[in-house]
Amino acid sequence: MTATPTARVVSRRGLLAGGALAAGGAVTGGAVVAAATGDREAGGRPAVAAPSPVAAVGALVEPFHGPRQAGVTTEPQAHGAFVAFTLRPGTDRAALGRLLRLLSDDAARLTQGRPALADTEAELGLLPARLTVTFGFGPGLYRAAGVDDRRPPSVVDLPAFRVDRLQPAWSGGDLLVQICADDAVTVAHAQRVLIKDSRPFATVRWVQQGFRRSPGVEPAGHTQRNLFGQLDGTANPRPGPPLDTAVWVPDGPAWLKDSTTLVVRRISMNLETWDLLGRTDRELAIGRRLDTGAPLTGTAEHDEPDFAATGDDGLTVIPDFSHLTRAHVTDDRLKILRRPYNYDGTPTPQGHADSGLIFAAYQADITTQFLPIQRRLADRDLLNEWTTPIGSAVFAVPPGCPSDGWIGQQVLG
Amino acid sequence: MRPTGPLGSNRRPSVLLATAAALLALGIAGCGPADPAAAPQSSASAPASAVGGVVDIRDPWMKAADKGMTAAFGTLVNDSDADVTLTGATTSVSSMELHEMTMKDGKMVMRQKEGGIVIKAKGTHVLEPGGDHLMLMDLRQPVKAGDALTVTLTFGDGRTQQFTAVAKPFTGAQESYAPGHGAPMPGMSGQPTASPAS
Repeated sequence: MTATPTARVVSRRGLLAGGALAAGGAVTGGAVVAAATGDREAGGRPAVAAPSPVAAVGALVEPFHGPRQAGVTTEPQAHGAFVAFTLRPGTDRAALGRLLRLLSDDAARLTQGRPALADTEAELGLLPARLTVTFGFGPGLYRAAGVDDRRPPSVVDLPAFRVDRLQPAWSGGDLLVQICADDAVTVAHAQRVLIKDSRPFATVRWVQQGFRRSPGVEPAGHTQRNLFGQLDGTANPRPGPPLDTAVWVPDGPAWLKDSTTLVVRRISMNLETWDLLGRTDRELAIGRRLDTGAPLTGTAEHDEPDFAATGDDGLTVIPDFSHLTRAHVTDDRLKILRRPYNYDGTPTPQGHADSGLIFAAYQADITTQFLPIQRRLADRDLLNEWTTPIGSAVFAVPPGCPSDGWIGQQVLG
Repeated sequence: MRPTGPLGSNRRPSVLLATAAALLALGIAGCGPADPAAAPQSSASAPASAVGGVVDIRDPWMKAADKGMTAAFGTLVNDSDADVTLTGATTSVSSMELHEMTMKDGKMVMRQKEGGIVIKAKGTHVLEPGGDHLMLMDLRQPVKAGDALTVTLTFGDGRTQQFTAVAKPFTGAQESYAPGHGAPMPGMSGQPTASPAS
């Protein structure tokens, strides 16, 4: 990246008037960098003649309006906050409509680099850094609105799994707001704005904040590493038709078409017991090389694993109970989109880590896609020895909305 | 996975963007579930930013309140070659006054703005918490968060104009009313409105 990240010129109202296109360098997500050529305030202040460089990361914008919500197949941003709400008693269908109109307007403005209406920290709204705000509806929202017939059938609490040690503090929720951006300050501000506007309608049930590699650290499209050091997400469906098939509902009534579902699982990862393993055992548990992410039968990350291959000892090269074996799916219609964020809490006084994964999985249907994989993993996955699900929540992600609409209008309107 | 657009890639004059912003706010009002108290008149959603309005009204909003007083804000833009004077405002749920903030005995208080609010030719006038604002005096019904209320402005030359303002939960703007310009009114405590449904 050659552009020097310098604050761009922005009018005090955050009206985005600057910007002749400059050639983009190797910017995250193949995006283009804009150079502000000038900026004119509403009052007619003359434009600045000299071009000034734009912040390469901060100024990037993801669309908000459209048939599908952003923040799902969007190249994952570096920082994520998952905010789950419990609706207050009395928050009915009409109230939910008012709430979602407010939150949609906040999201529409902030994602485009404009302060929210009545934004008390307006300057924090000017650098979106690819901000997306994605809304999910839990089963309780449909009940509160009296529209349970519009709840996708697979959006129900997951069955209990043998490995679960779920804590109420990380589970459930009537409404989810997933806030992602390549900058933590942007996420914090958006979270503050959205929570403030929700307060008459709902209480905060839980917040999970996580991170991935920052933009510019790796070339775009790299599979992320979790805090076990493993590449995490290699098996995601490829962009294009495979991804669309796995994630989006292709048809149906307006409240269903172009929707998806989200499962959020908080997975505690025991770095203390993981430390006891040697590198070979770690690779056997996952079924992949730690350096390249290649299956133990291959040399490159995306090589097809050969589950039948055996070694000199007569055992399969990839253990039958490895994570790779148990999670493996070949049919795009049965795959899930993993969009996880790492979390790293405060270690105990003894120095034991509080680390793990906010495992966010998107799929068109939880029952046919997520559950079979989850059952196989819960049943027999060597990784279960070092990982523990401590939170679980399911949400429908309704379709997107046009610029004169609001998220949820097809469900609640 | 869509390619990311940079800020300003869809470059438009700032006035158009602002208009779009205002229309967005207005659009919010127009497509919600039926809510008789909040529903704008059918013709009310367009004029605020449309050609022919006395002024452009950008980013209009008001502070949600269950009772008492509350206030409406936004930016008034006069694109004409003559000054215009805003002399009055009303809503269906309250009478309104034009207020300004002034320093009195060492603290900011609000009082009625004598002579109305003048928006200079080719100028803008910002109505904001802590500054000039449109005061809803004694609410006959709650203004709930997310409601969209129609405000009718009256100008010095007798013209009128309507716009729609969305109600936001907002704890700021805790102005006190200036003694001598009317008794202190209840309802300005600034608590977040707490009635989602009724």
